Amino acid sequence: MLAASCCDRRMCVCPGPRRIAIPVRSSRLPLLSDAMPAPAHLFPLIRSCEISRIGSTACYCHHRHLCCLSSHFAHSHFRYAPQKKFAALYRPKENFNHFIHTRDHASASQRFYLTPPQVNSILKANEYSFKVPEFDGKNVSSVLGFDSNQLPANAPIEDRRSAATCLQTRGMLLGVFDGHAGCACAQAVSERLFYYIAVSLLPHETLLEIENAVESGRALLPILQWHKHPNDYFSKEASKLYFNSLRTYWQELIDLNSGETTDVREALINAFKRLDNDISLEAQVGDPNSFLNYLVLRVAFSGATACVAHVDGVDLHIANTGDSRAMLGVQEEDGSWSAVTLSYDHNAQNEHEVERVKTEHPKSEEKTLVKQDRLLGLLMPFRAFGDVKFKWSIELQKRVIESGPDQLNDNEYTKFIPPNYHTPPYLTAEPEVIYHKLRPQDKFLVLATDGLWETMHRQDVARIVGEYLTGVHHQQPIAVGGYKVTLGQMHGLLTERRARISSVFEDQNAATHLIRHAVGNNEFGTVDHERLSKMLSLPEELARMYRDDITIIVVQFNSHVIGACQNEEL
Amino acid sequence: MFLRVLSDIQWRAANPKWRRMTSSRRSTSTTAEPHPVSLPAQAQVVICGGGITGTSVAYHLSKMGWKDIVLLEQGRLAAGTTRFCAGIVSTARPVSIELKMAHYSNKLYQQLEQETGVPTGYTKTGSLSLAQTQDRLISLKRIASSLSVMGIPCEIITPKQAVQLHPLINIHDLVGAMYVPEDALVTSANVSLALATAASRNGVQIHERTSVSHVTVQKGRVTGVETDRGRIQCQYFVNCAGQWAYELGHSGEVPVHIPLHACEHFYLLTHPLAEPLSSSLPTVVDPDGRIYIRNWQGGILSGGFEKNPKPLFTEGRNQLEIQNLQEDWDHFGPLLSALLRRMPGLEALQILQLVNCPESFTPDMRCIMGESPTARGYFVLAGMNSAGISYGGGAGKYLAEWMVNGYPSDNVWPLDLKRFGTLQSSRTFLRHRVMEVMPLMCDLKVPRWDFQTGRQLRTSPLYDRLDAQGARWMEKHGFERVKYFVPPGKDLLDLDHSKTFYKPDWFDIVGAEVKCCKEAVCVIDMSSFTKFEISSTGDEALENLQYLFSNDLDVPVGHVVHTGMLNEKGGYENDCSIARLSKRSFFMISPTDQQVHCWAWLKNRLPEDSNLTLEDVTWKYTALNLIGPRAVDVLSELSYAPMTAEHFPSLFCKEMSVGYANGIRVMSITHTGEPGFVLYIPIEYALHVYNEVMNMGQKYGIRNAGYYALRSLRIEKFFAFWGQDLDAFTTPMECGREFQVKLEKGMEFVGQEALLEQKQNGVYKRFTMFILEDHDTDMDLWPWWGEPIFRNGRYVGKTTSSAYSYTLERHVCLGFVHNFDEKTGEELVVTTDFINQGEYEIDIAGQRFQAKAKLYPFSSLFTQRRRKDEVELSGYQTE
Repeated sequence: MLAASCCDRRMCVCPGPRRIAIPVRSSRLPLLSDAMPAPAHLFPLIRSCEISRIGSTACYCHHRHLCCLSSHFAHSHFRYAPQKKFAALYRPKENFNHFIHTRDHASASQRFYLTPPQVNSILKANEYSFKVPEFDGKNVSSVLGFDSNQLPANAPIEDRRSAATCLQTRGMLLGVFDGHAGCACAQAVSERLFYYIAVSLLPHETLLEIENAVESGRALLPILQWHKHPNDYFSKEASKLYFNSLRTYWQELIDLNSGETTDVREALINAFKRLDNDISLEAQVGDPNSFLNYLVLRVAFSGATACVAHVDGVDLHIANTGDSRAMLGVQEEDGSWSAVTLSYDHNAQNEHEVERVKTEHPKSEEKTLVKQDRLLGLLMPFRAFGDVKFKWSIELQKRVIESGPDQLNDNEYTKFIPPNYHTPPYLTAEPEVIYHKLRPQDKFLVLATDGLWETMHRQDVARIVGEYLTGVHHQQPIAVGGYKVTLGQMHGLLTERRARISSVFEDQNAATHLIRHAVGNNEFGTVDHERLSKMLSLPEELARMYRDDITIIVVQFNSHVIGACQNEEL
Repeated sequence: MFLRVLSDIQWRAANPKWRRMTSSRRSTSTTAEPHPVSLPAQAQVVICGGGITGTSVAYHLSKMGWKDIVLLEQGRLAAGTTRFCAGIVSTARPVSIELKMAHYSNKLYQQLEQETGVPTGYTKTGSLSLAQTQDRLISLKRIASSLSVMGIPCEIITPKQAVQLHPLINIHDLVGAMYVPEDALVTSANVSLALATAASRNGVQIHERTSVSHVTVQKGRVTGVETDRGRIQCQYFVNCAGQWAYELGHSGEVPVHIPLHACEHFYLLTHPLAEPLSSSLPTVVDPDGRIYIRNWQGGILSGGFEKNPKPLFTEGRNQLEIQNLQEDWDHFGPLLSALLRRMPGLEALQILQLVNCPESFTPDMRCIMGESPTARGYFVLAGMNSAGISYGGGAGKYLAEWMVNGYPSDNVWPLDLKRFGTLQSSRTFLRHRVMEVMPLMCDLKVPRWDFQTGRQLRTSPLYDRLDAQGARWMEKHGFERVKYFVPPGKDLLDLDHSKTFYKPDWFDIVGAEVKCCKEAVCVIDMSSFTKFEISSTGDEALENLQYLFSNDLDVPVGHVVHTGMLNEKGGYENDCSIARLSKRSFFMISPTDQQVHCWAWLKNRLPEDSNLTLEDVTWKYTALNLIGPRAVDVLSELSYAPMTAEHFPSLFCKEMSVGYANGIRVMSITHTGEPGFVLYIPIEYALHVYNEVMNMGQKYGIRNAGYYALRSLRIEKFFAFWGQDLDAFTTPMECGREFQVKLEKGMEFVGQEALLEQKQNGVYKRFTMFILEDHDTDMDLWPWWGEPIFRNGRYVGKTTSSAYSYTLERHVCLGFVHNFDEKTGEELVVTTDFINQGEYEIDIAGQRFQAKAKLYPFSSLFTQRRRKDEVELSGYQTE
């Protein structure tokens, strides 16, 4: 039973008695990987090898969310003691060790102990910081800047992140995207979504101006200024295709000209829906270029959640689709930190979401809609981009696959139709938008994929980031005053304070600091180097069992500007 | 606060005539209250600062007979750093002059209570310096050696003996300790008040709550002091303003640069122990733990010098007043850990207070005293590097002697204000440097350590070229100089960090450079040397120089003369080489750190308004020293001019072309005794000439060399260097340099009388070269400088410098031999026979090595053409 229950964390593809496990996470499988397509005749061979390999080692490469176990179990245990759970589930802890040893018999067992500098270089490989530039020594924006970082568990990582400043309207856009069944969809959304949002926000005149510029071949007004880490790439090949879709969108917006001022909430919702629609259409229409044709199909057949923040002055909008999360860090008057969640997870734990899905489908499907806390027993997020398997009719799926390239045709996963698939679409990309008016006590916003939230409570996140951002300077100085304190007591107190500070000082990036805690925290809530080193030195195949991809953006707000805005209104 | 109250009572009790004023002041704390005693309109001396240094200067000046003295204090006496400091009198100091000052202070404070009637809290407790490592123990042994030859009791003891002296010490990590039984504790504020009391009895007027705004200077002399209560005319001003000395120095129209910077310094006071600590328990210094611990009112007082000091007052005085500084426990944490590690039994001891007491530090860890080079009569005593109590007494004495007699009774050059120039007084430099200096108070100092901060300030134009070729750098007077070149392919990154008292890693590298100097040719960039030009329209230049310098400068144009710039006692104020460029102009080369001192000396002595011009051209020239037998070939090929001894004799100077560059000043001197030339190159040609020399030199095996090679060469040749071997208390007669003095040059010169007298009566010390006999270079501790010299088992002097001679394959030490009378200790005449008929030993950290003494270098060992020096030298020998 265990061997048969191989599955993706989000997307379980266990076609019952056939016991054919298709390890969606394995990067070697062609459809869902980002690797360049290999000659088609090789694939059957590779696949059979894969399958036999999976067959023999299946019990070692399970993903965290086992569809055949109650999610409750998976959640509660995995967060704190993955090894214990592992042992309990698969009996032989020796097996685990055995696995390692056979793989790396040449290297010594110290392999797992990374030195602190090695740990740091892994943690800091993807870190990025942006400070909003100052004018005349003053930052007039409500955002001071942001720190972002991601730590892969999958190879390649399936998370994406984006950050950009709107140039034709005010405001800043930040988003995290968690891909599943490959990273193609998350990649496409991370490249395209902000353009759709920006265009939705543009006033009619600006849209006209842009369209005229394109028409007459003049230089375009820049719409976004991106803040990218060198590892955050844009695909060159698809840019023309993407641009054409975007242009069609703004042409429609021009034609529609409602004359009303753009509402941010509506703009966000429209942009999300429109992009998902375009992804779906592009896959249906196809492209004469075979590479692009394959790309648009991969994008459409994989999926991605998105959690996007739009900050403009004191107005903060969060648009969320899926189970990434946005959280506001609030500093109370006594200096302590509390967390305010600004998004709802779209998954089985959210009653409203389950209710929504049920009302959208006939009563006959009520029992099959949500099984094992997954949509149709397969998909964990209840809203997502892409994932046309949950959106298209069976006929459409079959037609596209048949006319599609061989790679698609030969793939068991794409051909497989979810069970009880009667009234599509089952899935939407429409976001829930939450508005929050920033107050001076709102110090920062954390956007993160579920990789973080699975391991850390939001309250801890608020405290760790808050203490990091305010730094030791704000740690209250100790004064003996008239109290009776012995040297020993003072020594103990100072040692404790120092331990807390030293973990802060290692990182220059709040997101890195948070990842360090998320991965390395021990039961006392402090970073344990040994644990951190073990977690980071896991081989690719194992890493996925202990942690998910983590992507974090920490936006720091400018309390002075926010306070001033507030006063103006009063 | 307890200290303050105590001080007030005693101060008033000791000064009946001040009682009225003090009591009236106590009634209110506003500053606007009237001052009952008005300031005098004029005085001979005005001292600014009522801390330990100011009161000590006043005390000693008044003792020496100067009565017309006013001491001004902006707040109240002994209310600054003096009040807060820990009150430890410790004589264990590595620098000889500092050791003498501390020793004197100890003796002074001991009898002060008896003399003045003011209780000073003087308690002779002794002190224990602990060593956690063997290297630390070596450094303690070195100090112990120099203490015992001074007659100060001192012994190196085992950890077990240490715990008998102080039962609270945890000794499990110790390898040994040094015990100095006569070290003492005092109540620092009361010492200061006692000195003030004695001074005021001698007629010194003391005015509190009077702050000096600036000092007025006219025509290079101090004329008066502006205070918030009016002006005082004076001839002498003494800046004893402690951490404000820098600012006060800069407040006047003529700035006086006093490079010091304050850092916060923390110490802890506790309640008494359950069984109160005895007040006679020795003070414990644990340098490896960076802490000191003394007994204090039954409890302890413990502070230290942390690795990450907090400099303050960089922008000058601000709203932060010294009294309001905050305790910072997080900062003190590491020191507290060290304290509890050293004395675990104190865990349960209750904290009374963490005191934040700023201390001022200087760029080289030595205090600052002496006269300003820019304003005559402006004296300074400040920058005590947290040892104000230990040094205060002695430093005050030396400064008073300096003011009264024109020079102190001992060589204070290591502390002289003129060792610094304007270049050390940048606020940024000081802030960075003191952050290094403060931890250094406790760091282990091995031979040839260098400062790491405030570097690359002055560099030669060739700096990058040399650096790219593996140069390792040291700094002198802000100038980067090459120590040696790490050969390509040899990765010796840790070379710079290796700390050892034994044979260093660069031994072979320097050996190769020395070999190249001996057999082929090497280039050393010596641009740091101070270079002056003196010229006149008439004969004034020659006349004045003939008076100021001891050798005969009336030589044919193109000759170079080695000569001393002597003081009235015949001692070396400077040792330089002077080239006669033309009949009326001279080019003078002096040691790097003479830039300020020599300039001031000449400025003060050359006539004011003549046709004479003195110019500092140090920055104009890059100096390349070509050392070695093939230097001749390189230079003649580059200049198409014959460079052989017939055409270009030794001690000769000519302007010529080298490569494409014209006007290069070539001198046939090398500062080492080896054949070769120094090229003085206008800086814009420096790179060109260097490249030409290196290209042309290739076929002669040319290579770069550094100062370590130069040192080894000059020391084996018995060449004395000013600042290291020579000082203002050494005459040419005492260092075998009579040949550099022209006693009958037809006119009087400074120091002539003293030299004539010495020539008649003989000398009381003699510069001698020692070759270590039974010293194993690989295994034994290396000599450095300051090692005691023993003749027939009796102490006769100290070494001044040392180096390994790659030619002799032995260590060579240079030093002075005295002849102390066996009974009285009086200094007797040192004759050649006295030197030659003795068995010598050099004491390196307590271990004695046999040494052979020589008065003249081994000329036979080095086969070279005879140089003018040696001709004269041999002539002197036969006299």
